[in-house]
Amino acid sequence: MMTPDTEEALAAVIRAANGPLLVQGNGTKSGMLRPVQAAATLSTSSLSGITLYAPNELVMSAKAGTRLSDIETALAAAGQQMICEPPHIHGDNQTIGGIVATNLSGPRRVTGGAMRDHVLGVRAVNGSGEILKFGGRVLKNVTGLDVAKLLTGSFGTLAVMTEVTFKVLPVSEATGTIVLRGLDAEQGVAALSAGLGSPFFVTGAAYLPAEKQALLRIEDFATSVKYRTEKLAAQLGAYGAVEILGTDDSKALWRNIRDCKFLDISEAVWRLSVVPSAGPAILRALAPLGVTGFLDWGGGLVNLAGPADQATHDAVCQAARAAGGTWWLMQAPEPLRTVVDALPPEPEALAAIRARVQASFDPRGILNPGRLRAA
Amino acid sequence: MLQPKPKSNVLEKRAEIIAGLKAVLPERAVIGDDVSLKPYETDGLSAYKQMPLAVVLPENEAQVVAVMKFCHLHGIRIIPRGAGTSLSGGALPLADAVVIGMMRMNKILDVNYADRYAVVQPGVTNIAITQAVQDEEFFYAPDPSSQLACMIGGNVSMNSGGAHCLKYGVTANNLLGLRMVTIEGEVLEIGGKHMDAAGYDWLGLITGSEGQLGVLTEVTVRILHSPEGARAMLAGFASNEVAGACVDAIISSGIIPVALEFMDKPAIHACEDFAHAGYPLDAEALLIIEVEGSETEQTEMLARIRDICAAYHPVSMRVSQTAEESAAIWKGRKGAFGAVGRISPDYLCMDGTIPTSQLPNVLKRMQQMSDDYGLKVANIFHAGDGNLHPLIMFDANDVESFHKAEAFGADILKLCVEVGGCLTGEHGVGIEKRDLMSVQFTPAELDQQRRIKTAFDPDWLLNPSKVFPLSGLSAAA
Repeated sequence: MMTPDTEEALAAVIRAANGPLLVQGNGTKSGMLRPVQAAATLSTSSLSGITLYAPNELVMSAKAGTRLSDIETALAAAGQQMICEPPHIHGDNQTIGGIVATNLSGPRRVTGGAMRDHVLGVRAVNGSGEILKFGGRVLKNVTGLDVAKLLTGSFGTLAVMTEVTFKVLPVSEATGTIVLRGLDAEQGVAALSAGLGSPFFVTGAAYLPAEKQALLRIEDFATSVKYRTEKLAAQLGAYGAVEILGTDDSKALWRNIRDCKFLDISEAVWRLSVVPSAGPAILRALAPLGVTGFLDWGGGLVNLAGPADQATHDAVCQAARAAGGTWWLMQAPEPLRTVVDALPPEPEALAAIRARVQASFDPRGILNPGRLRAA
Repeated sequence: MLQPKPKSNVLEKRAEIIAGLKAVLPERAVIGDDVSLKPYETDGLSAYKQMPLAVVLPENEAQVVAVMKFCHLHGIRIIPRGAGTSLSGGALPLADAVVIGMMRMNKILDVNYADRYAVVQPGVTNIAITQAVQDEEFFYAPDPSSQLACMIGGNVSMNSGGAHCLKYGVTANNLLGLRMVTIEGEVLEIGGKHMDAAGYDWLGLITGSEGQLGVLTEVTVRILHSPEGARAMLAGFASNEVAGACVDAIISSGIIPVALEFMDKPAIHACEDFAHAGYPLDAEALLIIEVEGSETEQTEMLARIRDICAAYHPVSMRVSQTAEESAAIWKGRKGAFGAVGRISPDYLCMDGTIPTSQLPNVLKRMQQMSDDYGLKVANIFHAGDGNLHPLIMFDANDVESFHKAEAFGADILKLCVEVGGCLTGEHGVGIEKRDLMSVQFTPAELDQQRRIKTAFDPDWLLNPSKVFPLSGLSAAA
């Protein structure tokens, strides 16, 4: 494994490469989507460290190999946090580069935005070994094409990110959760929609089928949280028995939702994004196949686990497609990941453009070939 | 401003091209006579003018496809246009180009409150989206100052911001899906009505791409429930430095107001004359701070902010007591461009962004430049996110004055980049900042962006001469 410790050295590795490279940080997400066939591995794990942190400007920069947990510790010391709450579903060794490359976001995504919404700038090396920077460190920037967004979620297939800059926000003084009990999935999502369609700025909205609970989170100053949770609880009382959780219980609960602790992780794991009202029907349709899961993002994020076989995968994809949504195969044994569509197939016109864009970054096709789609 | 050489084979065939467009579109959708074309010769950056070859005003997606196929087949350049409110010349025509105006595609197609989205055509104005959903107490968050006129298609193309993006984000953060017609006439469906897309973030790439990649025919936006209420306060300070320090202190305290606007003395005076909002005329710098929530929440939040401001010895501080008072405060701010227009025959509005801690330094150096150029400048600034709007006043009848204003503007933007910022925060590069792109990007970075454009538009027919310096055009195309 090659672990260059400078951006220049990393660029030199790419220029010298004479075949495909498996591009990764600490490799915690190698089980997601498709496996890469490459003789050599290029890791950003030795590019590590926070390079800029200006709490008063709500901005941080870190080298790609910096561990997420180190970033969260530094932010917490200044009373701040990652806005999108990246899930810790891949252990504690995941890097910030990995989070950006996979655009993984947690519960706060529903109103606070995804990782892609908070990436302000990136430094990266393309497949020709050119060192490039896009975006910057300021909160508003429309100068040129938004290549930083394009690289976010591109799984290292366009360029190898060496440093990322992102927006952060203060940790709220208090957190409250409204727990509505005894709801089926339809009632649960209706309650979440009512909460998200209220003036009370809900920052988390999940439904747990096994517990039959709908959960709504409010984060702000303590008096605001008290006022809004009580007001919202009164409005939602018609949906079911209400309980309000305080800050500590809320934080523990939402950490578990963030990290998918309510998912019975068996062989295969999927993540579907659909309109919130479509979430319940997907859970019900797939239950007979042994697929279980829970809903986040107001019902629109369907986290699923089930048997790792072609038929189950096809049924999951069909459920996402029928709802007009999308899917990611998050985990499965390698043989299955090699043969199925880990992401929805592209229409022909878009596939042609995608191939040209990919070639514009990586003309030799050496960066993580096959990571997203079969070549 | 240097423009690419018009294609003589296109200019020569103008009559045939207009006839050809009329063959694929209804007669009423094609404008080919010089009198009717005149309104399209410029946009919100009226210093630049160029009559187009023709204008088409498609009424549906099929007509957009027909125009694109026709122009692609004949190698004709295309300039997409919304309401023409671009302050960077994004819709400035070329002599050999067909302007494709989207104002007749102005329908709201679908609104869903349970799933919180609206599907609209690109010619719907920004404010019309909010108006369509406000009976249910919903709104569309990004609110550029031009929101009465500007269209959502243009907002997407420029990734427009507004005064409230400190809390709600810019256009890119409030979109779910798009339909876009490529130069070949293919319709691409990007995203949908759900959050996040698997695969590359085309939605993010297309947003803010200034008409370089395709022509939008449909936009799906997120809609949000309105807060219970909002209230603004004013705080005037003895110097720009002190006001800047106060902005820092507010953000550092953990409070993120929904808006945090800054005006310097010339802007305060211009806006007060125009709006009679009660701005303090003795202050050197003014902050407008807005918070949201219930009456009690507003009061508590404003009390916290007042305490912070008090430590910076404000020359005046006033919390609006009524919705009318808040509206008057915003009328002054949102009418700032018009207000400056009343005291100067012409002005250039710059749009750089800087790290907020650089504010006092940048304002000081800008004042020095103003003295050196002998041109007045008024500053309006989205202080919370570092987005500057210096308004440089000049006289368009005086050619030298205009050239000085352009040079002054370029110096300000170079300064923004020098202190760690960027050329444009929300207005776009357009034609105005095209030749400054090499200040912010290396040749390799510009070439990478050009190659992305080429992947969508191999013959560089879509809005050419904008965004990318002309020098590299032929190499990439």
